[in-house]
Amino acid sequence: MHPAFSVIFLTTLIGVGQGLFLALFTAQTYALFDLLPQQDSHAFYAHGSILALLFLIGGLIASFFHLGRPERAWRSATQWRTSWLSREVIVLPAFMGMVFLYGLAHFFECKPVLATLPSGIAIDLTVVIGTIAWLLAFALYVCTGMIYACLRFLREWYSSLTVINYILLGGASGFTLATVFAAVAAPELVRFFAGWAIIITLLGLVSRVASLIRNARLKPKSTLQTAIGIKHPKIVQKTQGFMGGSFNTREFFHGRSAAFLRSIKWIFLLTAFVVPVLLLATGLSGVAATELLLLAFVVQYLGLMAERWFFFAQANHPQNLYYQAIG
Amino acid sequence: MTQLALVIDLNVCVGCHACVTSCKEWNTSGAAGPMVDQNPYGKDPTGTFFNRVQTFEVGEFPNTETVHFPKSCLHCEDPPCVPVCPTGASYKRKEDGIVLVDYDKCIGCKYCSWACPYGMREFDEAQKVMKKCTLCVDRLYDPQMTEEERRPACVRACPTSARLYGDIHDPESAVSHAIREAGGYQLMPEWGASPANHYLPRRKTTLRLRHDEIERADNPLKVDGLLPKPGKSEPSLDDVTTW
Repeated sequence: MHPAFSVIFLTTLIGVGQGLFLALFTAQTYALFDLLPQQDSHAFYAHGSILALLFLIGGLIASFFHLGRPERAWRSATQWRTSWLSREVIVLPAFMGMVFLYGLAHFFECKPVLATLPSGIAIDLTVVIGTIAWLLAFALYVCTGMIYACLRFLREWYSSLTVINYILLGGASGFTLATVFAAVAAPELVRFFAGWAIIITLLGLVSRVASLIRNARLKPKSTLQTAIGIKHPKIVQKTQGFMGGSFNTREFFHGRSAAFLRSIKWIFLLTAFVVPVLLLATGLSGVAATELLLLAFVVQYLGLMAERWFFFAQANHPQNLYYQAIG
Repeated sequence: MTQLALVIDLNVCVGCHACVTSCKEWNTSGAAGPMVDQNPYGKDPTGTFFNRVQTFEVGEFPNTETVHFPKSCLHCEDPPCVPVCPTGASYKRKEDGIVLVDYDKCIGCKYCSWACPYGMREFDEAQKVMKKCTLCVDRLYDPQMTEEERRPACVRACPTSARLYGDIHDPESAVSHAIREAGGYQLMPEWGASPANHYLPRRKTTLRLRHDEIERADNPLKVDGLLPKPGKSEPSLDDVTTW
């Protein structure tokens, strides 16, 4: 497939936004059970939510560049019964709305206690909003992943690993950003976030490598024989029917060499996983400079863009069988 | 239930591209707006087409066959492109099984084109919506046209009658007969989309004469059989002089 930068930005930016929110709410949940020190509502949670929202808005804006007719985008919420894309279109603004409310409640310190657990822990409004947003964040990861994982003949994508990768890679970049944010806003949480960021990044590495191995072993189900229905072992296309390009030749081919694809694979394995883990480890050891953590996030984000580019480029659409020769 | 479809006979397609040009001619002049070209006379001409004819070489030299392969939307009975559409612009008509795009609802996200294993949908760069073969739905029910004209433009243009059109769910239709009797098949059956359009395979063309075609079986007086055979030495001018 031809990787579209609008979709690369959309999926990576909202992945960061979701991950950052998950990190914030994880910290709040830990603090709720007194496993972490309480943080200032205003400086930590509200500002963190704003940061997460900025990434989500960035992703939303990027998504509009993918549409031929962005003015009709509202229509895309109608087919949620059958279309994962439609479901994403509903869940993304819903999640953004809940993150906004979460930040708002923290900003105005509007925390009426709604319930009390038997152990005496008070569940306030922000916890309730946060829980809903937490569910929506995961729902959004699943929707984004399923958009690709539901296409059964794009076999590189048709796997549960696709959804798992979206969750883990988005979560990893979000927790890395949370580490940077904590270095500025709540230094005592740097070790907590850096630890989780490393764990999630390493889990992401495992599942991404698993999907790379799976894809390397795939044998194509469609062949030229099934494509035109002639059962002869030797079929060669002499002409695709036109000499200039068409939508079919532009949209489904990445147009790069196999060597370029291979180099992108190694680049993203290094920059999205290895380098950030090493940089985050400085945060874990307590000698962290904010700049190093920021570098970890920037490198990881660029690495994930390369990962997403590769994700699209690697998918080999069966329609490509029909577009092999100009003559 | 009706399922209109094309049956394309690869045995007689000569690869003339008449279906390609007639398709473009009819559909670019229609009410749904033109199928716009970019640089039609420039270096890299491109544009929207609903139909293409491709050419394949089957076999190894010198035993090769050239197969011309017309390629247009197959109007799948279980179209994978329809459920993925987020706006409902892509739909399959219940009454005749034609898969269509509502150009007024399409947001141009291209997701349906990813979901079509055959690559039959094309994004119109000028109208910014997804387009595809409509089976000339604007001809099929036009009361101002004659019965003969109420067929897809490509079918009417084909000089060798390689394109048959009809209802594949009607077992007595010409297309159903062709599918049954000439071994009609679907493309990429492995994806289970059950395309409605079928293709007829290449066949060995042999002259088959039955006995009753040489000697009239319906000849009640058996006159044919009574013709005296001329002796080998007798002069003969076909069968005339032997009477």
